[in-house]
Amino acid sequence: MDIAQLQAYGYFIMTAGLAIGLYAYIYHLYSRRKDADGVDYENYSNMALKDDIADTPVNATSSKKKK
Amino acid sequence: MNKNGPLEYDYSVSKLFIMNALFVGTIGMLIGVILAWQMAYPEFNTFLGEDLAEYTNFSRLRPLHTDSVIYGFVLSAVWASWYYVGQRVLKVSMAESKTLMFMGKLHFWLYFAASAVIVASLLMGITTSKEYAEFEWPIDLAITVVWLLWGAGIAGLVGYRREKSLYISVWYYIATFLAVAMLHLFNNMEIPTIIATSPAGETMIGAWWHSVSMYAGTNDALVQWWFGHNAVAFVLTTPIIAMIYYFLPKESGQAIYSYKLSLLSFWGLMFVYIWAGGHHLLYSTVPDWMQTMGSIFSVILILPSWGSAINMLLTMKGEWQQVASSPLIKFMVLGSTFYMFSTLEGPIQAIKSVNAIAHFTDWIIGHVHDGALGWVGFMVIAAIYHMAPRIFRREIYSRSLMNMQFWIQTLGVVLYFTSMWIAGITQGMMWRAHDEFGNLAYSFIDTVTVLHPYYTIRAVGGTLYLIGFVMFVYNIYKTTSAPRVEESDLQNASPMGA
Repeated sequence: MDIAQLQAYGYFIMTAGLAIGLYAYIYHLYSRRKDADGVDYENYSNMALKDDIADTPVNATSSKKKK
Repeated sequence: MNKNGPLEYDYSVSKLFIMNALFVGTIGMLIGVILAWQMAYPEFNTFLGEDLAEYTNFSRLRPLHTDSVIYGFVLSAVWASWYYVGQRVLKVSMAESKTLMFMGKLHFWLYFAASAVIVASLLMGITTSKEYAEFEWPIDLAITVVWLLWGAGIAGLVGYRREKSLYISVWYYIATFLAVAMLHLFNNMEIPTIIATSPAGETMIGAWWHSVSMYAGTNDALVQWWFGHNAVAFVLTTPIIAMIYYFLPKESGQAIYSYKLSLLSFWGLMFVYIWAGGHHLLYSTVPDWMQTMGSIFSVILILPSWGSAINMLLTMKGEWQQVASSPLIKFMVLGSTFYMFSTLEGPIQAIKSVNAIAHFTDWIIGHVHDGALGWVGFMVIAAIYHMAPRIFRREIYSRSLMNMQFWIQTLGVVLYFTSMWIAGITQGMMWRAHDEFGNLAYSFIDTVTVLHPYYTIRAVGGTLYLIGFVMFVYNIYKTTSAPRVEESDLQNASPMGA
């Protein structure tokens, strides 16, 4: 197998891998609906809507810093 | 900030960048308008007289226009929005850290000083002649420092944050930082000529600031357009998406239609965009497979681009009356629509058979400007209109002036891109036309004659856009002395005077 063939296989495997990865990510997002912290992804929109410094964070870094 | 009062966001760095965006935006667009009139009426190349022709001709002013609107106007607005949005979505104030505040101010002033040197050097004709990367090596080093200061500022704010997850806009700002850092470093690999030795054995060649690229020929072109196209991606697209993902939901009070869609559009865009630059080199000496790859990835790019744009339009679902009543929302919705439009137009131009007609023609200039004026310009204008009342604690001076500006600029953009479409396709067809023996049917000057009316229409369109921009600057200037508003009036829709 020469270098051009290796490149071609490498390119195909990488593209297929990334495409499968992206679809797996979509499947994961829509089937789980919540991230590892148990927060519904859609709630993260509130990071923009409730963004006063005194507002409660959607998912606080630590309870100590919670306002 | 009041030391004994409650903690507040500190917008002093953001304010500096807004002022710079307004100033450089006006100058950069004015130069663009001068260039447009020069294209239609070449005698404007010497509008300050024959003695100053060196400084007023098209080729000397052109990089000043492109660099000042991209790196002066847009980047300033992007940074203004970062120092505003970054604090708010991470729920941490710049005032909480003296170091972060110092770095933010240093970021601005170093950037301002570097910009002044860039303007002077380009006016003097000092250039590496790499498009959008015309700066010589000492300036490139200064740009690296400015960029790293921003990166350190992002890391600082993210490090202090109270909100554990990063809002989608923050992802886009981080992508902007990382990608541009990489693009800048690799495209500007250059050797100062004073430390080089020529094949003939000469040393200390040329001025101390002069350099030559480390790449040559086709490789140089490839690296240049990998850079050039991704400069569009990561200076004129990702940070602008960061802005719309914050400012449209916030101004309209509507949650993003689908946060999940925003996440997967982000990763789609990141993966696809970086490969599309090859479409700038179709029918060149670049390997054929690389040209094809550039075309294919450009077409795939429609998906993640439209993912973000449709997500923004659907955010207004059920709330379309806001588009009619608020000129600020109008700017963002039309901006998002122009984003869809130019991200469809770009891939069409990247298809090889279409490119055979479009390449080197004015259609490309039209494409750039419907994106730059309609999408980037409108989004930046909307972002500054949204930030100004919060920064100055005053209502926007005039809603009717804003409405008028919107329609004048929209007309300007439409005149600009329609004239360039017709001009470009006419040009492409005329260049290719030949008789039965293969002799070209037209000489170059024939196309110039035919294109004259379209160049004039383009110049009128550009002038209208500039007039609208001056109205915008005036509106913001008057906002600084408009009636005061309470914090409670600033939750969503921005307060505006009549």
